[in-house]
Amino acid sequence: MSSISKEQVKQAAHNARIAISDEEAEKYAAELEQIIQFTEQLNELDTENIEPTTHVIDRTNVMREDVAKKGLPREEVLKNAPEHENGQFKVPSILE
Amino acid sequence: MNFEPVIGLEVHVELKTESKVFSPSPNFFGAEPNANTNVGDLGYPGTLPVLNKRAVEFAMKAAMALNCEIASETTFDRKHYFYPDNPRAYQISQDEKPLARNGWVEIEVNGKKKRIRIHHIHLEEDAGKLDHSNPGYSLVDFNRQGTPLIEIVSEPDIRSAEEAHAYLEKLKSIIQYTGVSDVRMEEGSLRCDANVSLRPIGQEEFGTKTELKNLNSFNFVRRAIDYEIKRQEKVLLSGGVIRQETRRYDENTGETILMRVKEGSEDYFYFPEPDLVRLYIDEEWKEEVRKTIPELPDARKKRYIEELGLPEYDASVLTVTKEMSDFFEATIEAGADPKQASNWLMGEVSGYLNAEQKELHEIKLTPENLAGMIKLIDNGTLSSKMAKKVFKELVEKGGDPEEIVKEKGLVQISDEETLLKYVREALENNPKSVEDYKNGKDRALGHLVGQVMKATRGKANPPLVNKLLLQEIEKM
Repeated sequence: MSSISKEQVKQAAHNARIAISDEEAEKYAAELEQIIQFTEQLNELDTENIEPTTHVIDRTNVMREDVAKKGLPREEVLKNAPEHENGQFKVPSILE
Repeated sequence: MNFEPVIGLEVHVELKTESKVFSPSPNFFGAEPNANTNVGDLGYPGTLPVLNKRAVEFAMKAAMALNCEIASETTFDRKHYFYPDNPRAYQISQDEKPLARNGWVEIEVNGKKKRIRIHHIHLEEDAGKLDHSNPGYSLVDFNRQGTPLIEIVSEPDIRSAEEAHAYLEKLKSIIQYTGVSDVRMEEGSLRCDANVSLRPIGQEEFGTKTELKNLNSFNFVRRAIDYEIKRQEKVLLSGGVIRQETRRYDENTGETILMRVKEGSEDYFYFPEPDLVRLYIDEEWKEEVRKTIPELPDARKKRYIEELGLPEYDASVLTVTKEMSDFFEATIEAGADPKQASNWLMGEVSGYLNAEQKELHEIKLTPENLAGMIKLIDNGTLSSKMAKKVFKELVEKGGDPEEIVKEKGLVQISDEETLLKYVREALENNPKSVEDYKNGKDRALGHLVGQVMKATRGKANPPLVNKLLLQEIEKM
């Protein structure tokens, strides 16, 4: 039986860079608790000799040939950028 | 207390494919900012990665050349981090099942051979490039985003900055032979981080390591490691402890500077990339790729020593780059004596390339005209001094060495009758030198040879002049 704390929710939100309020954290803690309880039913199954499933589709080795296609026009590339300069995306300074 | 450095290197190499590893955007260095991008590289929702077959094959090829075992099953994982160089906030990489494991390269430092093991090699995508030169903001160019990258992780087998340097040289050389990358550090197609720790000699357990970044040339790698070893030694000897931290090398001061302290291992929340299916590599595919690997530098070196009779030093120098080695082989193919060809390539040619900061394909010298010139020296037409003039012409303008010799009137005088005239003249005009020589001053003979060379404007065949002078002095 697991129990999700408000702090864990806040940590998870921080890891995903999502801002949430205290009330939201409380609400999500309760919801996540339910979700985890539900999925814990899986622990009742014996999975001893079963390979972990990482993909649900049966295909393997999907590849394309190495052929280059011209990039998007730069107006298109920068169209949704809040700010740009000299054909580059402008972002807040992040140098440590 | 004496310490032993323990060093491991993480080397990133960009693969020279036509298109990116998970998108069809063009992959080449030097395009206008953001010109080589599409919706996938820019991380638009709903876009899906599709693996580039050649990127996998190039990675396999490099891994095989580095003596790795290729995985039969390999998978991709998402490595999460927030930084504006990656618009998706995760990098597609490999965590649990990398493409290759258990490789090694052999290095030689101070005449001692040693194997440096490679823990694994995985395939991933490169990130965009940030320009921090403006105050208050940064600029992002995503051309590099999605460039296929292999990360080569060594075992902590390296014990000195020299060994680290030799390991990098060897990696670079081998990968360059396979042709899967330009491996140019100055263009960022080869990058290196170093993990450095110290432990008391005799101790099995590793000390705490620091990670060194911003190592932008092989020399910086060497200097940064040397500095870091001394820094850690000082800290330990004064009773301090090494913190697990990331440090950057400052090119101006030659020091390593603290960037950030690492608390525990960074959590990247790796999980299997759901958008890329499993990749199985069967023996047949491995064999197909293996066949494309050319003869590698160590094999060539061995052949030059055993079959061509070159000294080990020559064989090492000539085989560092495939371009030089190919040029050498074409020169002897064109009829030049191997040792002569080696001397010219290691001497005058390398000297010229270094001085001009050029590469072999950028100069006018060809294996054919170099061989032609060497043959003219061999048959006595050219003295080695005159050959230098011809060489300069060949390097800068190209052409047929025989033509150049005729045009410039550089043919060596090897005719005894003609030379005797000059020799007798020199003897008549320099009785003092003759006297000195007879009194045992061997240097006086050199002066006389010089006089003949001067009179013939350097065209006389020096060994012959020497012989004739002695013969004439004998008669006096």
